[in-house]
Amino acid sequence: MKLAIVLVLLVIFTLVFHFVSPWWFTPLASNWSSIDFTVNVTFWVTGLVFIAVNLFLAYVVFRYRYSPKRKADYDPENRKLETSLTLLTTVGVVLMLAPGLFVWAKFIDVPKNASQVEVLAQQWHWSYRFPGEDGVFGKTHAHFISDLNPMGLDPKDLNGQDDIIVEDNQLHLPQGQPAKVLLRSKDVLHNFAVPQFRVKMDAVPGLVSYVWFTPEKLGVYDILCMELCGIAHYAMRGKVVVETSSEFKVWLAEQPTFAQSQQTATRDLAAGKSLYMVCASCHGQQAQGSVVSKAPALAGQHQSYIVRQLQHYQQSIRGTYEADDLGRQMASMSSTLPDLKALQDVAAYVESLSHINSPATIRNADVKRGEKVYQNCARCHGQEGEGNLALSAPKLAGLQDWYVRRQIHFFQHGLRGGHEADYFGNQMQLLAKTLNSEQAIDDVAVFISQMKNNAVQK
Amino acid sequence: MAIVDAGTAIADQPAHMHEPTGWFTQYVWSQDHKVIAIQYGITAIFVGLVALVLSGLMRLQLGFPETFHFIDPNAYLQFVTMHGMIMVIYLLTALLLGGFGNYLIPLMLGARDMVFPYMNMLSFWTYLLSVLILLASFFVTGGPTGAGWTLYPPQAILDGTPGADMGIILMLMSLAVFIVAFTMGGLNYITTILQARTHGMSLMRMPLAIWGIFVATALGLLAFPALLVSAIMMTLDKLLGSSFFMPAIVSLGEKLDYAGGSPVLFQHLFWFFGHPEVYIVALPAFGMVSEVLSVHARKNIFGYRMMVWAIVAIGLLSFVVWAHHMYVSGMSPVFGYFFATTTLIIAVPTAIKVYNWVLTLWRGNIHLTVPMLFAIGFIFTFTHGGLTGLFLGNVVIDLPLSDTYFVVGHFHMVMGVSPIMVLFAAIYHWFPLISGKKLHDGMGKWHFWITFLGTYAIYLPMHYLGFLGVPRRYYAMGDTGFTDTSVQSLNAGITVSALIVGVAQLIFIFNLIYTVRNGKKCERNPWHAASLEWQPAVYPPPHGNWGDKLPIVYRWAYDYSVPDVQQDYIPQNVPQDAINELSKPRGKSL
Repeated sequence: MKLAIVLVLLVIFTLVFHFVSPWWFTPLASNWSSIDFTVNVTFWVTGLVFIAVNLFLAYVVFRYRYSPKRKADYDPENRKLETSLTLLTTVGVVLMLAPGLFVWAKFIDVPKNASQVEVLAQQWHWSYRFPGEDGVFGKTHAHFISDLNPMGLDPKDLNGQDDIIVEDNQLHLPQGQPAKVLLRSKDVLHNFAVPQFRVKMDAVPGLVSYVWFTPEKLGVYDILCMELCGIAHYAMRGKVVVETSSEFKVWLAEQPTFAQSQQTATRDLAAGKSLYMVCASCHGQQAQGSVVSKAPALAGQHQSYIVRQLQHYQQSIRGTYEADDLGRQMASMSSTLPDLKALQDVAAYVESLSHINSPATIRNADVKRGEKVYQNCARCHGQEGEGNLALSAPKLAGLQDWYVRRQIHFFQHGLRGGHEADYFGNQMQLLAKTLNSEQAIDDVAVFISQMKNNAVQK
Repeated sequence: MAIVDAGTAIADQPAHMHEPTGWFTQYVWSQDHKVIAIQYGITAIFVGLVALVLSGLMRLQLGFPETFHFIDPNAYLQFVTMHGMIMVIYLLTALLLGGFGNYLIPLMLGARDMVFPYMNMLSFWTYLLSVLILLASFFVTGGPTGAGWTLYPPQAILDGTPGADMGIILMLMSLAVFIVAFTMGGLNYITTILQARTHGMSLMRMPLAIWGIFVATALGLLAFPALLVSAIMMTLDKLLGSSFFMPAIVSLGEKLDYAGGSPVLFQHLFWFFGHPEVYIVALPAFGMVSEVLSVHARKNIFGYRMMVWAIVAIGLLSFVVWAHHMYVSGMSPVFGYFFATTTLIIAVPTAIKVYNWVLTLWRGNIHLTVPMLFAIGFIFTFTHGGLTGLFLGNVVIDLPLSDTYFVVGHFHMVMGVSPIMVLFAAIYHWFPLISGKKLHDGMGKWHFWITFLGTYAIYLPMHYLGFLGVPRRYYAMGDTGFTDTSVQSLNAGITVSALIVGVAQLIFIFNLIYTVRNGKKCERNPWHAASLEWQPAVYPPPHGNWGDKLPIVYRWAYDYSVPDVQQDYIPQNVPQDAINELSKPRGKSL
């Protein structure tokens, strides 16, 4: 009796949950309304079966509950009933499968006028490539991959010279234009998924897979990695910006071609040194940092990281919050560097300086525990704290403990890394939250500050 | 049906074969299928509890992120991986086949034991070894693997994934050893079923539980080798630098020496095992639940022949659907047509089974005993899980739902909760046979209600997170443009339900211990069951099961409420001319 009532209540609960639940498909932003249609058909068919079977089950449990006065029927088989139920089920299955297969045929068949874009996945970052003016992608191979050529284009392939490289995590696409997305991976399996577009596909190292859709609604959407790819899988995010085709053209024109990305200007260390004089007042002559002026050590840091951070200060991506007074100070200081070349020169000079470790300032920290905590950081920042250019992870070894602690707090509390153009900052926000005790932060900060800074970066 | 001599040459082994000679050979180094079954059962339940605790820890992180210091992304992925692997292989497969398969096959078929008792014993000890290797991985540097239970390369063996050194190697070793154990057990089950049935036990008189175990074992023997070779190949990739599954890779900025292998090849091998594995778990459960439903409804199983053919058809079809796990894997999308079609075809025999269970209850006389509550609960959870499978099997619907919480909700309903409901039904049902005592009723009912309602509260909402697009295997969701705080609240609610269900299992464990220690002896054949396993003279049946003479079988296992017979069940070993005896009024009837 109780069970029969509960079964009915469960059916009602399920229906109510279905209709009042705020959790449902995001509004569609692509052409794939036919997928939503197939889902709805399946929902109706399976929903009716669910209701019918369980209500009948509840009825049977109630109607044929035990009674000492009654004896059960002896009823081994009923050909007619069994056959008709089989046929009915078959009809239901065909009803669901048929539209599914038709839509699948569309999914496989990429429109002739689709424009191509390549998405390259790696632990834990997205980058993109457009074929450039000739409309043809240059060849790629893993063994061409280097710091300068992170997408692994064949430098001798003429088709690749005009390919447009987007190292940023943001992909821009024009509205209404079918896009065939070619997927590659450098290392492990990843999956390119945008919930609002409905479709997704794995990126597999060693082969090129694809998925196509037409972005139909303007807006910014999340790209999520949906195939487990290691410890920072959950932090592997990107954005796709759907904009009008004129906006898209402007954006595309601003991105470097492969050929441009290969030109390495020589850095002028002397110019860098004279520019650095302004910085030295806080960061010290040898860029060793200063606990008095609360300036971090910079010596030996990767120049690409320094350039990126200076740009972030200049573009109000970092150092904008009230509580980050030192960051705001840096934001105004950074404007003393007039152009990209100045940034690059000063960064090159700073990298050329050799680092001096500062004594630890945090008491009661346990370096051994800190070393254990650091194992998670080591995946990107390196076992020796040397950083990793391929992952855009800065060198950490020898940074002052108080600075590391402050930055972790900033990441945790959204004072750094919250800007949508700061992809690695976004990622650090998620990862910094794994340090959820002050003790763990202190331990790892002191451990980092005592690491020797002479390791060679990968 | 006429008495058929079903090739019973081996069945009547002398009763004194491999008899225990002392405490050690009776309870530890035992060759008795019943003792081995209990050894399997206790080991499986023990690791199952470990996996249950892991799922609780996982849920703590998801429900209350940034709260628990010791759960970092490493630990989280390790919990996810070990929870899944333990539950699927070391609990469900081992308990259903090693436990119930062992216990029920000889008793239900009227055999004295398994055909190869010594190998049966080795099978258990090998299984125990595999469990120990698995548990050892918690104590090595780097901890157990965190590659997800699918262990997809390249990430499973590369830095950047937890336990990519010792953890994954121990995992692969443990699986290989498990497969050895399974093969020894499986060959034994198959041979016993084919060769050691007693007189009159024709194939079409076997209880559905045996049919389920039989077909599942055959699937296992054909499917596990695919896992074995992929485990060996991955170990070679890891240790010797071969490139079966490894293409040219730049891992965390470092160029590796691999070239030319295919990660998708591993997925084909894995799922060629992995999909039949679903039915290796499901088919014995299908069979066992049929027994429970029939006995407690006092009614024959409806459509027995259809049920048998459905089991066989599902078993065959399960080998041609594997790539429905790989619709978005980057394999040629043309395969989608084929695998979507075969997958949805499998829904037909599966639906027939559900109809026939319900129709077995129809016009029955239903005793809502604890095993029956779990069995009916199973019909509900399995219907739910089966129907959501029609979403994922239909290739285009898999595009938005693949790798989201919809998948997590689906497979937990269909191959987590459902077989576990059957396992509980089976334990409550067969416990009197195994121990001579009935499990406590009141505790059993609490256990049922909390488990049944609690698991639905966990998994129903997960499907909706999946529609929204929330990905699985995420340590934390963080901020996105398509989720709001309601997702976090829902996750907290799911965690609370999960913890309640987890703790409620202590009622069950307590019930087991309490009954073994304090329970009273129950009457013989307390459920008045007709099938053969209940017919030995004492519970638990003695070594050799049947005393001097093997039983002879005269009918199928489902003669309940036969018209014109007073007693509402006729045991399988009662001859036609003794039925009149049963028709006399009895002092006590159900």
